Amino acid sequence: MKVAYQWLKQYIDSGLSPAELASKLTMVGLAVEHVEFLEKGIKNVVVGQIKEITRHPQADKLVICQVDMGEKTVQIVTGATNVREGHKVPVALVGAKLPGGVKMKAAKLRGIESYGMLCSGEELGIDETYVSEESRGGIMILHPDVPVGKDAVEVLGLDDAVLEFELTPNRSDCLSVINVAREVSAVSGKEITLPKIEFKETEENINDIASVEVKDEELCNRYVARVVKGVKLGPSPEWMQHFLRSAGIRPINNVVDISNYVMLEMGQPLHTFDYNRLVGHKIIVRRAYEEEKMFTLDGQERIFGSDTLLICDGEKPVAVAGVMGGLDTEVTEKTENILIEAARFHPVSIRRTSRMLGLRSESSLRFEKGLDVSNVKNACDRAAQLMAEFCGGQVVNGVIDTFDQDIELLKVPLRIARINQILGTSLTREEVTSFMERLHFSFEIMGEEMIVTIPPYRQDITREVDLIEEVARLNGYDQIPVTLPFGPTTEGRKTRLQEFADNVKNFFVGVGLVEVITYSFINRKDLDKIILAEDCPLRKTVKVKNPLSDEQGIMRTTLAPGLLATAALNTSRRKTDLAIFECGRIFMPGSEKLPEETEVLGALVSGSLNRGWNWQAQTLDFYFLKGVLAALFDRLEIKDWRLKAEKLPPFLHPGRAGSIHVNNCLVGYIGEIHPRVQDNYDLEEKTCIMQIDLAPLADASPNVVRYIPFGKFPSVQRDMALLVPESLAAEEVSAMIRAKGGEILTGVSLFDVYKGAQVPEGYKSLAYSLSFQAVDRTLTDEEVTRVFDQTKSELFAKFGVELR
Amino acid sequence: MIEKLNAIRRQAEKEMNKVASYGELNDLRVKYLGKKGELTAVLRGMGSLSPEERPQVGQAANQVRSDIEKILEVRGNELKEQQLQESLKKETIDITLPGQNIFIGRKHPITLVIDQIKEIFLGMGYTISEGPEIELDYYNFEALNIPPEHPARDMQDSFYISDEVLLRTHTSPVQVRTMEKTVPQVPVKIICPGKVYRRDDDATHSPMFHQVEGLVIDKGISMGDLKGTLLTFARQMFGEDRQIRLRPSYFPFTEPSAEVDISCMMCGGEGCRVCSHTGWLEILGSGMVHPRVLEMSGYNPEEVSGFAFGMGVERVALLKYGIDDMRLLFENDLRFLTQF
Ligand SMILES: [Zn+2]
Repeated sequence: MKVAYQWLKQYIDSGLSPAELASKLTMVGLAVEHVEFLEKGIKNVVVGQIKEITRHPQADKLVICQVDMGEKTVQIVTGATNVREGHKVPVALVGAKLPGGVKMKAAKLRGIESYGMLCSGEELGIDETYVSEESRGGIMILHPDVPVGKDAVEVLGLDDAVLEFELTPNRSDCLSVINVAREVSAVSGKEITLPKIEFKETEENINDIASVEVKDEELCNRYVARVVKGVKLGPSPEWMQHFLRSAGIRPINNVVDISNYVMLEMGQPLHTFDYNRLVGHKIIVRRAYEEEKMFTLDGQERIFGSDTLLICDGEKPVAVAGVMGGLDTEVTEKTENILIEAARFHPVSIRRTSRMLGLRSESSLRFEKGLDVSNVKNACDRAAQLMAEFCGGQVVNGVIDTFDQDIELLKVPLRIARINQILGTSLTREEVTSFMERLHFSFEIMGEEMIVTIPPYRQDITREVDLIEEVARLNGYDQIPVTLPFGPTTEGRKTRLQEFADNVKNFFVGVGLVEVITYSFINRKDLDKIILAEDCPLRKTVKVKNPLSDEQGIMRTTLAPGLLATAALNTSRRKTDLAIFECGRIFMPGSEKLPEETEVLGALVSGSLNRGWNWQAQTLDFYFLKGVLAALFDRLEIKDWRLKAEKLPPFLHPGRAGSIHVNNCLVGYIGEIHPRVQDNYDLEEKTCIMQIDLAPLADASPNVVRYIPFGKFPSVQRDMALLVPESLAAEEVSAMIRAKGGEILTGVSLFDVYKGAQVPEGYKSLAYSLSFQAVDRTLTDEEVTRVFDQTKSELFAKFGVELR
Repeated sequence: MIEKLNAIRRQAEKEMNKVASYGELNDLRVKYLGKKGELTAVLRGMGSLSPEERPQVGQAANQVRSDIEKILEVRGNELKEQQLQESLKKETIDITLPGQNIFIGRKHPITLVIDQIKEIFLGMGYTISEGPEIELDYYNFEALNIPPEHPARDMQDSFYISDEVLLRTHTSPVQVRTMEKTVPQVPVKIICPGKVYRRDDDATHSPMFHQVEGLVIDKGISMGDLKGTLLTFARQMFGEDRQIRLRPSYFPFTEPSAEVDISCMMCGGEGCRVCSHTGWLEILGSGMVHPRVLEMSGYNPEEVSGFAFGMGVERVALLKYGIDDMRLLFENDLRFLTQF
């Protein structure tokens, strides 16, 4: 909502400058986003009247104008094509100053002397978008009543300032300049003067020449009509055009301008019909029939359903209620008689219709917010008054009004003690009543309570707390004291899972992974990219009904697409050494209304780390990621975990991946991605990913860590090199060693895996280092050798392992 | 003979001062003090001396021996030091060569900001609450005093899953769920961090972003308490000399409602590009919990009151780290992520 400062000044002289006013209104909740000062340094541009236009002897595209400036007539050459003899226009005479400090000088144009310039809107700093049709692209044609010699800055309002409000949804009452003026009155304490609505009426009575029938009172609870006869279309006064331009509305003609002006002034949208073209001079308000059609003002044929409210004449629809008029009954230059409509339509109905038709206008915006029903007739009268004044019209006697109820104003109790309790202030009753007075809210005092009568334009106030807010904002939020809640001390706490998730994140950062955050929604096509089978459970997704694009069409069921897309993006930017992780939720449709949300942790690695001038690169491969996983479990004190080459998601390499089991429960997967997935994402390096559910991990991780004493007696190391079939899993060998080693075997570590020279085809060599230690004695050599040898022979018996 | 002894001492001193290494010095030790050394040789000749001379010469010989030993020790120390210095010099490395690349992981800037906010409120005795990201319309809107067709629904254009289910547009539904669980007990003192979703995508909006909202419900909570709490937060988060300013605003679930500005930390309130030359940065929305919201959650607004506040984590991160495009936060370019 944009309002010219001078417009407000018509109702209230606040004594505040535009900037002061903006800041005061902002601090009471009417946020002024921006104050635009129209003053652009224009000097000595005055109104002139073109007396004579003659052709330029040397140039087809130029004409010579003799312009009456009041005291003298000057000759000006112009290239504009929209000027006619008799037009009044802004003239910059020699010596005048234009925006940007341009100074007018006398000039010779193709041999003819020119002593000034006829100005276009643009040259005066007026946005061409808001210039009337006849002046657009040419000289600014002024209203014929403007006196010659008058300063054009004053005529066009170019010394004004425009306040641009960003209104909160509850303050749609301020989509009316008068209601903004009421706020100005509340902040400044100055009185407001409302326009007097008075006009003469003709002998003829409206009920004899027009009728209104509302067939759906739910969708239209008030319809007011007046008829104005004998209007002459022409430009509206310059001040009105300026106010409209300031509000971002282009002046059209006096009738249209008046209906827009009254809408802005009073917040009540109006519609004007060409009375003569209303068949039967009838207005019928009804819902559309299914598939009913009509041509709207913009020349388009529209089709409606029964949700749409139509304004019809005796035979056909003539307007889409509150949204747009019809072509047939539009006011044109030939129009003589006008029927003014002021109505209150149901906000939801208008909202639906305007959305359906994709038409949102200043009118529909106001209807959608819900109008003040008491204001409807006033607005209709105001428009009639202005049409009589500025269109030469005669207002037909009487008004048609379908609303005959008494409007009962809401009364809301207000307790001083309650105000102070909620705000923490210590306001007195006198202070509170003064705020009510400034708001023009009447009240009665009943003991400890005030009973406040809410004016009909403040529909946002329905209960005590709304009045408390009024008090708070007028008193100033800066007057609220700074205190802290008192009462029993509370303990700040994270839940166990939050604590756990934070620890896990810290762990990943500690081992060198970088955290990423990817969107929770993914593209359905991502599921193809990670080669999920048609019946894969990960394809059962939660779908977004109205995504911004297909890229964000479904909720992720795995972190893999996000991590892989991150890898792809960084690869495309020449960064292929990656170690990243993400902690977030995945979503599965469930049996309840809400989907199942699972907090998971994912990681992705590729390339290598730590390549340097005197040390080896650390390859970020499967075993690196498994190392991270093992370290995580170690950190979490989770002992019982293992990988199984089963239940693998399809996007993993079937021979280089495992599902992760903790306490025999499946909690996630880890592995190199399938070469086809690698291709689909254009990844240059082999890439490994993992994903683990957080909750079961938190459950498996003991709350309390207990110290286990380590042995005081010396330990003995023995190494063992084994030749085993290549297909034998190393874990089976180490499990056997552990089983046979018994109590005194305290550690088994694999320190070498070797294939190649000296190892027969189909075999691999595994080298283990075994530690033996007893808690209660120093082990003898014989004892260790016995266990060691037994282990070796058992390995031989079980797996055919050969010793090297 | 005494003369001879003195000559040996002089000779020894001379030679020892000349040697350049510890090894040569040892050779001289043998030469003078060894079993076949010169001093021993002289002493062997003591047999030919008279008994009167013997003690004198013996004393003199001992003196010479001890003198030579002293010279040996001093010189030896000198040479050892010299040798050490030489070997230290030889062991010199090029300290300008790079050290090993110790790779350090990083948290996402959003996580860093959320962590910091969590720490501040944990310190003030708040509990951290969480809830579903896919929510019922009831919790996201209705229970927050935003009935169907309420204009405020326009403020937050939502992603819908079905007519009743949507991606939460704020973390406020967690507040409602927490109140429902806690009623009729007080106090409620929570913050709710998490992801939220709105249908917006440009340099200043992301369809997914993060919020932290806070809620306090107790007997006698006032707007002054809200102001004090937010001032405490602003100072811990953005610096001790920050000021806050509350401006009237509108949220359907609070009344009175306030936008909260903090004095710009870039210019200290003087006005700069970051704060659009106003000296203030809008950072939070807040207000007193609307009695209707309390009622719907089962509290009696005549008995308890409360305040709520919420902030966009991205906005804080953008300001804190001087990031100019919201989209960088979710693009996950490592050149960006490794800066925090
Ligand atoms: Zn600043």
